[in-house]
Amino acid sequence: MSVTKKRYAMTVDTRQCVGCKACVLSCKAENDVPDGFCRDWIVEDVRGEFPLLAAEIRSERCNHCSDAPCVKNCPTGASHVNEGGIVLVTHGKCSGCKACIAACPYDARFVHPKGYVDKCTFCLHRVQKGLKPGCVAVCPTGTLAFGDLNDSESDVSKNLRTRRWKVNHPESGAQPNLFFLL
Amino acid sequence: MTPQFLETVTTRANAQIDPSLHVWGFEITIYLFLGGIVAGIFILAAALELVSGARPLSRFLRPVPFAALALLSVGMLALWLDLEHRLWAWRFYAVFRPTSPMSWGAWILWLVYPVGLAWGLGSLGSEERGVLRRWVPGVLRSAFEGILAFADKRRRSILVAAVLVGTSLGLYTGLLLGTMPSRLAWNSAVLGPLFLASGVSTGAATLLLLRLDDAERKTLVRWDAIAIGVELVLIVLLFLGWATSGEAGRFAAHSFLGGPYTAVFWSLVVVMGLLVPLAMEFLESRRHLRFVVIVPVLILAGGLALRWILLAAGQASSFRLLP
Repeated sequence: MSVTKKRYAMTVDTRQCVGCKACVLSCKAENDVPDGFCRDWIVEDVRGEFPLLAAEIRSERCNHCSDAPCVKNCPTGASHVNEGGIVLVTHGKCSGCKACIAACPYDARFVHPKGYVDKCTFCLHRVQKGLKPGCVAVCPTGTLAFGDLNDSESDVSKNLRTRRWKVNHPESGAQPNLFFLL
Repeated sequence: MTPQFLETVTTRANAQIDPSLHVWGFEITIYLFLGGIVAGIFILAAALELVSGARPLSRFLRPVPFAALALLSVGMLALWLDLEHRLWAWRFYAVFRPTSPMSWGAWILWLVYPVGLAWGLGSLGSEERGVLRRWVPGVLRSAFEGILAFADKRRRSILVAAVLVGTSLGLYTGLLLGTMPSRLAWNSAVLGPLFLASGVSTGAATLLLLRLDDAERKTLVRWDAIAIGVELVLIVLLFLGWATSGEAGRFAAHSFLGGPYTAVFWSLVVVMGLLVPLAMEFLESRRHLRFVVIVPVLILAGGLALRWILLAAGQASSFRLLP
């Protein structure tokens, strides 16, 4: 039997998200994110002209790109692609040169007060135990789904088959894996 | 009518990232500036000797390789100060990452020192060598003599290596910024050659501040004028590239054509840093006038402004600012 490699991804249902920020708080607690920083965040785009307005609320984070510019630009190999295509930073290898931050099309990285660059890990430590990432686990509206794109029965695969979707800035060429359901 | 874009609200407020990226500050500007000068000095001073076939005529040109290495060390100190995890700086030399221009740069910097030392030692006259011999401890004397003999015997190869290493250094500083696809105002392959041409020009300006032999000075002024001409052409190409690359290019070009960097870019870089010195160099060669200090100072200030402005404009331009 051939074993297909995992390709983790996340879908964000923009029709369900109410911007409650539970994902942001859950991430901060789960990953001990220092004060003043966040690994995921809420963006609210309002378009139109009053009273004809349309709002789109998105829970955003690192896109764990398939062709990640941060990994390509890292001079020490600290930024790397881990299991399931998850982009991680090895803290002990990071010199804090910030090339990855400048290279990231989504501005998803920041310098941790301890000096290394930090970002969303898709909660790999939880995923390895069979749990959902912290943000997905607490989402009260079912906006977030996480899973393996190479598994046709996963929540993300089903969402992408049955719904219209977009990614942020496809023109960056980074092939992001954070999909927004429309 | 297309719906008007009204506003974006984000809960993210990460330091150095929001509201606008600011991860690289004056340290990187200084490094890029000094790196460019050193690249220019390596290329020009070595080329001067390769072209004339004779050792440097003026006394001030002989220790130039050592002075260039000292300048580069100041630049590398600035680079190190910019690191957030300074004790991990050695990690650059634990691996070579071919897709990262910064990794290329780290190894190029490592190459500059031995080439510069061999070139500098070979440039010294017998009197200066005598002084150095007295300083070298006894146990290292035979090694020192070996290096001197090598530097003399392989003089031409070392000069060619200096030109190549200088070119790599000058190119990589621009390519480093040019390979960041997410920064719209850096996203151009022209930045590599542009920084190289600017490095040659600022290197020439630094050398012209020294008391040079007449023939050396004349050649350097001519080469500097060529470098400035090339720089102007590359700036035109940079804008043409942006003009032909859609929305992202339009946004990048707007930073310098009506946007926040318009006044500083055109006044400090193009007019005061390129056009005025080029006109003065033309006068110097045609009318036998001499602008000993003003031309090099203008060129150096223009080179510093070019790096400072491009560094800032690139960080201020991001995909998320596009509609």
